[in-house]
Amino acid sequence: MGFLDRMSTVVQAKMNKMMDKIEDPRETLDLSYEKQLQLLQNVKRGVAEVTTSKKRIELQKVKLQMSIDKLDSQAKEALSANREDLARKALENKAALQAQAASLDQQIADLNDQQQKLMAAESRLATKVESFRTKKETIKAQYSAAEAQVKVTESVTGISEEMADVGMAVQRAEEKTENMKARSAALDELLESGTLTDLSGGDEIEKELAKVKAQSTVDDELAKMKAEMKK
Amino acid sequence: MIIRILGEGQFRLDDKLLDELNRIDNRIVDHVQKGDEKAFRQDLDRLISTIKEQGEPVDPVDIFPSGIIVPPEDMSFQEARQVFCGPGLIKD
Repeated sequence: MGFLDRMSTVVQAKMNKMMDKIEDPRETLDLSYEKQLQLLQNVKRGVAEVTTSKKRIELQKVKLQMSIDKLDSQAKEALSANREDLARKALENKAALQAQAASLDQQIADLNDQQQKLMAAESRLATKVESFRTKKETIKAQYSAAEAQVKVTESVTGISEEMADVGMAVQRAEEKTENMKARSAALDELLESGTLTDLSGGDEIEKELAKVKAQSTVDDELAKMKAEMKK
Repeated sequence: MIIRILGEGQFRLDDKLLDELNRIDNRIVDHVQKGDEKAFRQDLDRLISTIKEQGEPVDPVDIFPSGIIVPPEDMSFQEARQVFCGPGLIKD
């Protein structure tokens, strides 16, 4: 059996699951339509969820970038105060944060991709559902239960395939978002517990730089006093 | 023939291309069985780009079943193995 045949079997199984066997084909139409509307709501929720996850990670990226910028200016400040050791430490921390930021960029790109695909799927499904609704009313009005059978089979199979497809897409997106949520929560914890803020050198490097600055102010003042006393 | 790429909708393709798609399909089976992930990725990409380049997207207003169903382009190798060995792409 080829790969694509197997793929069709997988989708077929999902379709069968979705469509219950009903005697009156016109009833099948109504039931299918109800399920389509439900699925449409699901897709909308899926899109919203992916969008929320993306925003959350974008926010983390902004926070990280601020830390990176801060470390960068600290490194410069340290260098101009002739403290290469401090500058080195700041740059080392900066490199670690940059690696984190790159991973966030990748996640944002993935989520963006998911978001675009789901939105396209939503719009395709919405168009099909509307078209199905019109068709269903025509079939119900024009045919007896027996005559409707053939007409129903084609449109219901067609729409069920679309529904199986969209349903799977939503599930895949949910699984991916779930994975990222866990990673993102872990990063939030690091940010909150201060592990990353320490890494961002906020405290240690800042303190050292303040000391250096204070020292040089004292030196300046001493020099000034000495000069005045010599007069 | 009508082909569905999962996650991307349906495309209308000339029947003449069926042989080529079958050849790629057979190679994909081979790659999955041999565990050759790189070749699997290449041929899956080739399969999907052939359909997108040579086919015409079906108007979403039209409702009919597809003759062939193609996996999503971001299907992982692990998922492909599951299509063969396990319950399918997505758990119930």
